Amino acid sequence: MRLDERFRFDNLVVGAGNRLAVAAARAVAEQPGAVYNPLFIYGGTGLGKTHLLGGIGHLAEALQPGIEVEYVTLEEFVGQLLAATSTGNLEIFSARYERTAMLLIDDVQFLTGHREMQAELLKLFERMQRAGRQIVLTSDRPPAEIRDVDERLISRLSGGLIVDVTAPDYETRMAILRTNCEERNLTFKDGMLEEMAKFSFANVRELQGALNRLVAHQALGIDESKPRAPEPASRPAGEFENFLTDVSSVVQQHVESWQARLAEARQYWQGEGFKTGIIERALTLPREPDVSGLLATFAAAIEHMRDLERTATAVDPSLGGNSVFRDPERMEEAEDLVERALAGATPPEGPSPMFARDAFEVSPSNQLAAHAADAVVAEPGTKYNPLLFHGPSGVGKTHLLNAIGNALVAASGGTKVVACVHAQKFVDELIAAIQSGSIERWRIRYRHADALIIDDVQFISGKERTQDELFLLFNAIVGAGKQIVLTSDRAPAEIPDLEARLRSRFEGGLVVPIQAPDRALRQALIKRYLLDAGRPADDALVAVLSDQPVQSVREIIGVVNRLGAAADASKTPLNVQMARSELGLATPYAGVLAVGAQSGEGVPYDAEKVVWEWPDVTARLNEELR
Amino acid sequence: MSLVNYATREITCKIVYYGPGRSGKTTNLHYIYSQVPPDRKGQMVSLATQTDRTLFFDFLPLDLGTISGFTTRFQLYTVPGQVYYQTTRKLVLQGADGVVFVGDSQARQLDENVESMQDLHANLADYGIDARTMPLVLQYNKRDLPEELLLPVSELDEQLNFRDVPSFPADALHGPGVFETLRAVSELVLRKLSTSGGGRF
Repeated sequence: MRLDERFRFDNLVVGAGNRLAVAAARAVAEQPGAVYNPLFIYGGTGLGKTHLLGGIGHLAEALQPGIEVEYVTLEEFVGQLLAATSTGNLEIFSARYERTAMLLIDDVQFLTGHREMQAELLKLFERMQRAGRQIVLTSDRPPAEIRDVDERLISRLSGGLIVDVTAPDYETRMAILRTNCEERNLTFKDGMLEEMAKFSFANVRELQGALNRLVAHQALGIDESKPRAPEPASRPAGEFENFLTDVSSVVQQHVESWQARLAEARQYWQGEGFKTGIIERALTLPREPDVSGLLATFAAAIEHMRDLERTATAVDPSLGGNSVFRDPERMEEAEDLVERALAGATPPEGPSPMFARDAFEVSPSNQLAAHAADAVVAEPGTKYNPLLFHGPSGVGKTHLLNAIGNALVAASGGTKVVACVHAQKFVDELIAAIQSGSIERWRIRYRHADALIIDDVQFISGKERTQDELFLLFNAIVGAGKQIVLTSDRAPAEIPDLEARLRSRFEGGLVVPIQAPDRALRQALIKRYLLDAGRPADDALVAVLSDQPVQSVREIIGVVNRLGAAADASKTPLNVQMARSELGLATPYAGVLAVGAQSGEGVPYDAEKVVWEWPDVTARLNEELR
Repeated sequence: MSLVNYATREITCKIVYYGPGRSGKTTNLHYIYSQVPPDRKGQMVSLATQTDRTLFFDFLPLDLGTISGFTTRFQLYTVPGQVYYQTTRKLVLQGADGVVFVGDSQARQLDENVESMQDLHANLADYGIDARTMPLVLQYNKRDLPEELLLPVSELDEQLNFRDVPSFPADALHGPGVFETLRAVSELVLRKLSTSGGGRF
C-alpha cells in the first residue's frame, strides 16, 4: 500500500502532545533499525499517528533513495497473511516482508483474537529485528492494553520505544489551523481561527472538520476566503519547529538528566525557604548519585524539620521561623533547640521531697538496697545502671527511690533534672501523648532528664507500646551515661508479659530485693514514729510493738497512729498496757483483758487459756521476763 | 560562558559560524532568521560593509523558549572571513560552545577553505582549546551552483574533514542544509554536557 503523499513531517504540526513521538519518529526515519526498534506509537484516534507513519516513510525514502518501505494497516496485513496461507504461499509472504527495510503497521490494536496470526507475526518480527529491519507500529492503546494477545508478542512490541501522542493544546491547535489554511489557501478574518482553536477538540480530525464547516459556511455567505498567493521563498513551513523538536529531544536526553532533577528539587526547596547545601554538593558530583534516594531523604529531613518547628512553636512561639529549622544540615542543632525548649517548658515530674534519705532507716532487711542507693548517688550512671529494687509493698522502695532522686538533685546543686514517675502515670502520659499527637514532645521530656526513676515498673506488664517506648528511652538514657532507678513488686523475671529485651536490660544493672522489715527495723521505725508523734517511746512499749510481725512499714505507721488516737480519745497515756489493750488479740492477756473489760474489775488469771491463746512465743517470753 | 545553568534553568549556547570570506556564513544566519516564527524573532544584528560584507560580526539571538523547563537561547555569530580581520575573528571565537565551519564548495576556493580551517585551529589553540574537544560541523555551501564549478563532497571531506566530523552539503541561499547543519552542531554542543560531566556553573 502506498504511503499517503500528504503525510510528511513538513506539514506535521509539532506541539507538546506529540513532540516526543515526532522526535522518535524522525530518529527512526534517519537511522532505520538502529535506534528504537520497534517504535510503538499510541494515542487516540485522529491525533496524527498515521501521519507520523507517513512522515517516517517519506523521510526514510528521501534520505535513502531506494529503501524499501512497506506500509500496511493490520487488517490488510491479516488479509494478505490469510490469502498466502490459503494458497500455500506463506513462504513468499514471509520472504517479502523480511526483505523490507522498514515495515510500518497501522492500527495494531486489531490484533485481538487473531491467535494464528499473532504467532506468524511474532516469527516475522523476530526475523526482521534480527536482520536489523525497522518496525513501526501504531495503536490506539499501549501494547499491554491490547486484549487477548500473546505475551511474547506484547513483550516484543514493547521492547523498543513506546511513545504516546495526546490531544493538541491550544497553541498546537492554532498552528494546525494555520498550516491547514496555508495549504488550502484560505484566509479568515483576524481572530476567527483563534476563536476556533479555543474549543478543546479531542483530535485533529474534529478540528479539521470544524474548519471545513467554517469554510462551507463562508462559501454560502460572504466570500471572505480569498485565495492567497503562496510565498515564493517559503520552504516547507516548520523547519524551525523541527529544529526545535530535535533540540528538545537532545536537551531531554542530555540535559534533563539527574542534575536537572536535583536542580529542580533545589529550586523547589529554596522556594519553600530551606537551605539546600546538600543538593548543591550533590550537583557537583562527577557521577550520578542515587538521585531518587537523595531527594526522598532530603524531603524526609525537611518533614522532620517542619515537625520540630511545629513542636517548638507549640511550646515557645518565639522559636517559629528560627533559621535553624530551615537548614536540614543543622538538624542536630534544631533537635537540641526543641529539646531544650520542651524540657524547659514542661519538665517531667521530679522526686517527692517528702522522702529524704536520712529518714530511711537501715537494717539487715534493706541494708543492701540502701548501700546500692548511696553508691548510685555517689556515682550516678556508672556503678549500677539500672538499679532495680523489688520487694513487697510498703517496705520502703518508693522512699528509697525518691530519696535517690532528691539526693541526685541535691548533689548537682539543683541543676539536674530527675524524672521520677510512677509507671502507671508513665503509661497514662504516653496514651495522652499518642492521643494528642505530641509523642515526640513526651519523648523529649524524658530523654532530656539526667536520671530516670520509675516506680512500680511491673505496671507496664502487657502494655506493648509503653514497653517499646521504655525500651527506646532506656537505651537513650543509659547510652547517655545517665542513671535509671526502678522498683517493682517482684523480680524482673517474674513480671509477666514483659519483653525479653526489657527484662534483660532491667536485670543488667543491679537487682536488689528489699525484705519485709525485720525486728531491728521495726524497733527503729516504731521508736522514731512515736517520737515524731510526740509520744513517749519507752523501751518496753517499743519492744512490745516491734514484736508484732508486719509485712510493711505502713502497718507500723498504722499501729502507731492508731495507738496515738486511742490514747488521745481515752485520755490515758500511751503505755504497754494501753497498747496491748488497744491492739487486742496480740497480747498474752487477750482473753482476760476481755473479761476484765466486761467485768470492769481487777485482772483474773486463767493459765490454761493464756497458753492456748498466747499468740507469739517471743512475746510470751518477753512477758515472762517482766 | 555558562552553557547550562541549573540554578537559573537556562541553556545558552554560543555557536560561531566560521569560514573563509564569501562562503555564506551570514547567508546561513539570514535563512535561519527567515524561518523563525515572528514571536520568537530576536533582532538580528549585522554589521555589514556597504558591499554587504561582514565587517565585524553578525549576531542572531535565537530564543527557543522553554525546553524541559530550561529557558533555551542560542546565540549565533559569524566571523568576518576576510583574512585581515584576524583579531575580530579571534574575539568572536572566544567562549564559543560550538563551531560551524562554512566552506565554499567551489573548486577555486579550496585554498581559502583550507587556510581558514588552519586559522580556526590556530585561534582555538591560542585560547588553549583542544580542537578535538570543540563541537564542530562542516558545511559545504553553494551546492546550487553549476556542478562543473564545484568539488564533490567526498573531495571536500578529504581536504577539510580530517577529523571526520559531521558534514553537510548546503544551499544557504535557498535553505537546504542550513537547519541540518544547525541541528547537528546544536546536538554536539548539548551532548558535550553528558561527556564533560554536566554543565559548567
